[in-house]
Formats: sequence, structure tokens, C-alpha cells
Amino acid sequence: MRLRDIAHARTGDKGDTSQICVFARHADDFPRLERELTAQRVADHLTMLKPRRIERHVLPNLGAVNFVLHGALSGGVTRSLALDAHGKTLGAQLLDMEMGDA
Amino acid sequence: MSESNRMTRIRIGAGAGFAGDRIEPAVELIEKGELDYLCFECLAERTIALAQLARQRDPASGYDPRLEKRMRAVLAPAMARGVRIVSNMGAANPLAAMQAALGVARDLGLKGIRMAAVLGDDVLSAISGQDHPLIDRDGSLADITPISANAYLGAFPIARALDEGAQVIFTGRVCDPALFLGPMIHAFGWAQDDWTRLARGTAVGHLLECAGQLTGGYFADPGVKNVPDLARLGFPLAEVSEDGDAVLTKVAGSGGRLSLASAREQAMYEILDPARYLQADVVADFTGLSLTELGPDRIAVAGAQGHSRPERLKVSVGYRDGFIGEGQITYAGPGAVARGQLALEIVKERIAMLGLPVDDIRYDLIGMNSANVTARAGDPAEVRARVAARALDAATAAEIGAEVEALYLNGPSGGGGVTTSLREVVAVASVLIGRDAVSPSILHEVS
Repeated sequence: MRLRDIAHARTGDKGDTSQICVFARHADDFPRLERELTAQRVADHLTMLKPRRIERHVLPNLGAVNFVLHGALSGGVTRSLALDAHGKTLGAQLLDMEMGDA
Repeated sequence: MSESNRMTRIRIGAGAGFAGDRIEPAVELIEKGELDYLCFECLAERTIALAQLARQRDPASGYDPRLEKRMRAVLAPAMARGVRIVSNMGAANPLAAMQAALGVARDLGLKGIRMAAVLGDDVLSAISGQDHPLIDRDGSLADITPISANAYLGAFPIARALDEGAQVIFTGRVCDPALFLGPMIHAFGWAQDDWTRLARGTAVGHLLECAGQLTGGYFADPGVKNVPDLARLGFPLAEVSEDGDAVLTKVAGSGGRLSLASAREQAMYEILDPARYLQADVVADFTGLSLTELGPDRIAVAGAQGHSRPERLKVSVGYRDGFIGEGQITYAGPGAVARGQLALEIVKERIAMLGLPVDDIRYDLIGMNSANVTARAGDPAEVRARVAARALDAATAAEIGAEVEALYLNGPSGGGGVTTSLREVVAVASVLIGRDAVSPSILHEVS
């Protein structure tokens, strides 16, 4: 099972910081997201991104886990050399994470 | 507006979520949304710095280049239905934006429309000679040469312009949700220290500010998250009550879908710490935010909390940061990845041989690792080799594209479709300044 099977995500950016919020499709899956979707697992999966620091916020009301990836965007959209300078594609890549069986 | 004729409920639409947004959805909202207000968010972080450069070349420019086109489409139907317009299309020159919109109104034979420009966000002269630490990375103002500096104003100047009778308002830099919060403050008479209502209104403004991103844009994932009729995506509107609670919806017959999932995604879009969403007027706490599906395309929003506003205002500072040169070339068929890789190695060696003084350089194989940062790999039918570099001078940066183009005759077999580009980098950094350095003012004029 992959994260995409139980979750959806939206990605934004503020300067050199990427923000990825992951949402449980069904309320039943939220405890699993909260338990298993750690900052370390996000860092490991987005292995080539190498942010300076990852902040994690849990939002039970929205069934969401929010990740703030500081220093992840090569200086930010205005000066990055990356093709996807906003990092808009990162959330979809995160959804490819292997979650094992429920 | 006096106590007696204050409204208990208003309808605010989102007419654009970025400078390049579609125009028809705003017209659809005016015609079918029974709106009181329509707000257009059109000012990205760097746009105002670019607009400032345009203004230096031509004092009558510096506002959103699509302003006239949008106004030509929306002014007549909006004025006919009593819909008031608020937008940050003023960019680096709100006064010129207002003059341009007045010109459109006169062209269309629309007389007597009251317009206003909100000024005072431009703090370039106020910060000149000052030093402030950059808040989003290491360094300070002294390390860069600002070409623009704009403070993020709040919603109260917009509310005041509405109080004074303006029907169409242009701002420069304001907090994006403030475009929507301004009409709420005006309609409901919210106080400057009513942190709870200001936070609720901010939540509504935040949900609306990216327009179609609430109603199914930036959301579809075929087979997993389906969205109908994205070619006719309808933009959202909110029915806001005087306590700041709201119902989000879109007009019947428009494309897209406003679902609990799309609303949740937009609620958290670009929110870093959800307990502290910093705005000029309030620190909003979204941790208690609740979204409830009332029916098809109808979502109730409630539960935001507020704390007293920050002591200082954020200022976005634009500065020149050299040039970026880029070149791309495609390889397809068996061995495409190896040929693309060889192409990159050749360019890398050439740049070393020529001793090109680049500050930073990046080599990608589009299809393999240009956006992908995971361990996932495959054997694509085609790849596109890409080299991008930043340099202090344009001539050096231009050499990057030239070296990629030379691969046509000097590189691996079967390279095609070269494109090259060269652009000046206008980067943005942020600092904080005291509120006393910023004094918003409003100018009115009638068409």
C-alpha cells in the first residue's frame, strides 16, 4: 500500500520553505497517518531534497499532518535554478511512499 | 456606514487567484453569484519588484499589465449589479492603476464610478540607509541593493476606502486575505482588536484568495480525485455572517467541485505553523478550524481563533540577483538516458574548459531527476537534458544556452528540440519594520 491509497496532499511554498500538507481520505486512516507519517520518514522518502529542518504539525480537525521543510527550495522561487522552483510536485512525490499493509 | 444599516450577511467572490488567472469566471460570478464584493488577488511576491522596474522606465506603468483587460470585462456588469471590486492589481503603482481603470470606465461610457487607490505600502525610501536582518535566510539588508520594498498592509485601509464610498479599489502590497477581510470590516464594523472575528474573516479570505484552487483547481488526480469540467472551472464565493462564520460555495452550472477535500487542502495551503498565521491585522490560529459539508458545493467554515496582531509588519524587498541562463535538448529511443547523461557531461567539461564564472549551476535529466527527489527510477522513452546556471553578468549566463545548442552538431546522436533562455533575476527577501514607518493613505476619483 502506498500513501496515495489513503491520503491526498497539497504543496505550497514561502520563500525557501516548502510546505506539504497530507490529508487522510477517510477519518479511519488519520490515526495511522499521525502515527506513521513522521518527519524522518518524509525526509527519507524525499531523499534528494535535503531540507535544513522539517517541522511537523498535526491537525485532527482537518485529518491532516502538515510538514514545513525549511531550506528545501534552493533559495526559493525567485532565484532557484530548479525546473520546479516552487516545489509544487513534492506532495505528489510524497504520496508514492510505501506504507506497508494496514 | 452607520449601525442601523449594517448588513448581517454579505457575499464575497474571488475573481482571480493570480495575475495570469482566467477572466470569464469573474464575469460568471458577477452575473450569477448575487455578490456584494468581488476581490481579485493578482500580486505574487516577486511581481511587485518587477512592476517597480517597469515604473522606473515609465511612471504611468507599474500596475498589473492585465488590469485593463480584466476591467473591460467586469466593470459594466459589476456596476450594474452593485458589486464592489477590490484588487491588489495596483502592484507598484496603485494610483496609475486607478487612472487606467477610470480610463476603461470612460471608454465604456460608465460615468460616476467612484474609485480609490490605497497607497503607503511602498517603504523603499523609508528603509534606505536602515539595516534589518533578513527573516527568511541569513544576512541583512546591507547585503543586498533593494529595488523595491513593500510592506504588507492590512485590511483596514481597504475598509476605510469602502466606508468613504469607493466602488472599485486598487491596492499595492497587502496581505492577500486582507482583500477579502476589508469588505467584512466595512460591512460589519469589526473593531481593530476584535481578534476572533478578524481571524475568522482571515480564514475565509485565505480560503478564497487562490480562487479556483478552492473549487477543484490544483486538485484533480484522475482516477483518485476526479473533478468535472475544469475547462469551465467556477471560482468560489463566501456568504459571510457578521460573526465571521461563512459558507463557501460556487454558482450553479459552473465547472469544478467544492468538496470537503478541496476545501481542506486550500485551508492549509501555504500555512506554516497553523497556530500562528501571521497577518498585519491579527495572528490567526487555524488549529480549531472546522469545515463541514452542508451539501453539494457548500462548505461551512468556522472555528478560527485570533490573537493580537504582530508588533511589526513584513516587508518584501526586491533586488537584482544576476542572470539565469538555461538550455535544454531532448533525446529519445533506446539509450536516451545514457545519451542525455553524456550531453550533460560534455557541457560540464566545456564550462570548466572555458572557465565560465557561474555562481551556481544545475544539471538535470527531465524525465529522471529534474523534479523527482525520490529514489524512484525508470527507463523513460525520452529525456530532456537541461543545464541552468546563475551568473553575475548576462554574457556569462547566455553561454549556458549556447553550449547546449552546440550539442546539436558536437554532442551525442539524435539530440533535438533545443531551447535556450536568458533572464535577469529579481529576487525577493523579507524584513520586519515597525508599524510607525508605514502610514497608508487613500485617494479617490470618480469616472
